[in-house]
Amino acid sequence: MAYALQQLINGVTLGMIYGLIAVGYTMVYGIIGMINFAHGDVFMIGAFVSLVSLLGLAALGVSAVPLALGLTLLGAVAISALYGWAIERLAYRPLRGSFRLAPLISAIGMSIALENYVQVVQGARVKPLAPVVPGGLTLMTEGSFAVQLGWMQVVIVVVTLAVLALFTWLVTKTPLGRAMRACEQDLKMAALLGIDTDRTISLTFVIGAALAAVAGLLFLLYYGSIDFFVGFIAGVKAFTAAVLGGVGSLPGAVLGGLLIGLIETIWSAYFSVQYKDVAAFSILAVALIFMPTGLLGRADVEKV
Amino acid sequence: MRRGGIAALALLAGLAWVGSAGAQIRIGVAGPITGSNATFGVQLKEGAEQAVADINAKGGVLGQKLVLEVGDDACDPKQAVSVANALVERGVKAVIGHFCSSSSIPASKVYTEEGVLQISPASTNPAYTDHGSWNTFRVCGRDDQQGAVAGKYIAEHFKGAKVAVLHDNSAYGKGLADETLKAMNAAGMKEALYSAYVPGERDYSALVSRLKEAGITVIYLGGYQNEAGLIIRQAKEQGMKVTLIGGDALVTKEFWDITGPTGEATLMTFPPDPRTRATAAPVVAEFKAKKIDPEGYVLYTYAAIQIWAAAAEKVHSTDPRKVAEAMKADGPWPTVLGDIGFDKKGDVTRADYVFYVWHNGSYSQM
Repeated sequence: MAYALQQLINGVTLGMIYGLIAVGYTMVYGIIGMINFAHGDVFMIGAFVSLVSLLGLAALGVSAVPLALGLTLLGAVAISALYGWAIERLAYRPLRGSFRLAPLISAIGMSIALENYVQVVQGARVKPLAPVVPGGLTLMTEGSFAVQLGWMQVVIVVVTLAVLALFTWLVTKTPLGRAMRACEQDLKMAALLGIDTDRTISLTFVIGAALAAVAGLLFLLYYGSIDFFVGFIAGVKAFTAAVLGGVGSLPGAVLGGLLIGLIETIWSAYFSVQYKDVAAFSILAVALIFMPTGLLGRADVEKV
Repeated sequence: MRRGGIAALALLAGLAWVGSAGAQIRIGVAGPITGSNATFGVQLKEGAEQAVADINAKGGVLGQKLVLEVGDDACDPKQAVSVANALVERGVKAVIGHFCSSSSIPASKVYTEEGVLQISPASTNPAYTDHGSWNTFRVCGRDDQQGAVAGKYIAEHFKGAKVAVLHDNSAYGKGLADETLKAMNAAGMKEALYSAYVPGERDYSALVSRLKEAGITVIYLGGYQNEAGLIIRQAKEQGMKVTLIGGDALVTKEFWDITGPTGEATLMTFPPDPRTRATAAPVVAEFKAKKIDPEGYVLYTYAAIQIWAAAAEKVHSTDPRKVAEAMKADGPWPTVLGDIGFDKKGDVTRADYVFYVWHNGSYSQM
């Protein structure tokens, strides 16, 4: 019982991180129907900016942890948002009228470019960060097995759920959200009705990148180790989560992330650690056969 | 133009003259002089230069002076092969190197074909001598000797502990873990858990909970510093009281950077610091006088040349095949590292590993 609970905590934390990155994928897909493969790398940039900022603040003598984290969050969000805006402007907007695969290829190119850029600038070695938010509490003890819940794990779950709530509100209740949904339904029609589609798409990318930065900071704080390639692996998992949850659906992205995190963890807990990815992706494949639009996705109505 | 031609001729003549001047023996040293492992390449070069200078000061080998040729492979297997060819071209009798196993192994094929002796001061991968031939030697240990030392230590010092043996499925990690397991079992200790993990991940919490459930108190890990650091950090965060034991890959500051205080008391196997040996004292003093710290592989390189020179003197020849036979048959050889003998494969007969421990951000020999 205690063991299962501990593994549940592990799985939920991992799943929430996947979910948080997946929200960014889903938002961009929802609005322009394109998979932004560079999203994982913006997440990586967010983590790197956070690391540089934390180390810089420590060197400047900012010893209050909440202050340092707050400043770091602001810096990471601002710089990543700038990256998100620039990527859309450089790599996607010029290709918007082009054939369907063009922006996808451009996205993959952008991803490789960002990875190599960080590799050259920051070096290929793993960058560590000593624990910033250590400690936690013991939930229960069964025999010699104590179920441990880290503060960082609590933070991750709370932040992900808060972000999910905030963005659901943003998409459903604000003028910007209405514009985004209009662009999602029909880009040309939205433009005809007076929506500045370029601006709406730009803002979506900026918001997605800001989310990636939040995820990057949490990832850095929780695991304490990043490198230039970290966005690729996390990105693939998060993209899978978005597909499983139904691309375009915000709660679906978090739900999908949660499921993948839990499948991986439970498989590692009771079966072989080595085959957890095989298990997760097999279940994904089966799920998509029976639910092609994902768990919470809507069927795409072909417009004639 | 004409003048240029004459100058070139004169230069060529000069070179020819240098080439034939007196009898000289050329030996090579090859390693990553540039690139991300350049620190180690420079160690090899410094050790070799000092050894050659010392031997020449005492009259050289067989009455002939030694000349050192330096090759830079940047730890790139392809470059290692071309460096090997270049050194052979220059007529070296022996090559001290290379540094990375992934360079030493492909280069050894060239040396075998061309009949040149190769002594690596640093390549620990077993395949280097296992696949090698009559001409491959090393003065450092092998990854499996390291495992034997670790396994025996665990069985003796952690009696009754529940030991988990983990590895990352890499040639180095799995090899090391399996050798440790073998030695541990031979010493009468059974492992409580044996598992691979996926390298390159960040989240090992599921694996850690599994270890916790199994009541593990000692983790032996065959793998690299990043994963080892994450696993011990996540284990301590989950409240485990566990000792991590690893191989030479954990003897780097990077490990502590990841773990912070959770890495306290982590143990790992590593060769003893050669600078502290009594046999090395005069040579260490010479290096210090030149403001060189003979750390890492400097003295290993020095010892490799000492052995080669002694063996050549013994057989009164620099013929690589004769020297190789003598190196294996007539050891052990006195060197700055103490006495070194070789087995049939060209590995050192003495398993030269001791335990180091992490304490408060730095490591030291136990």
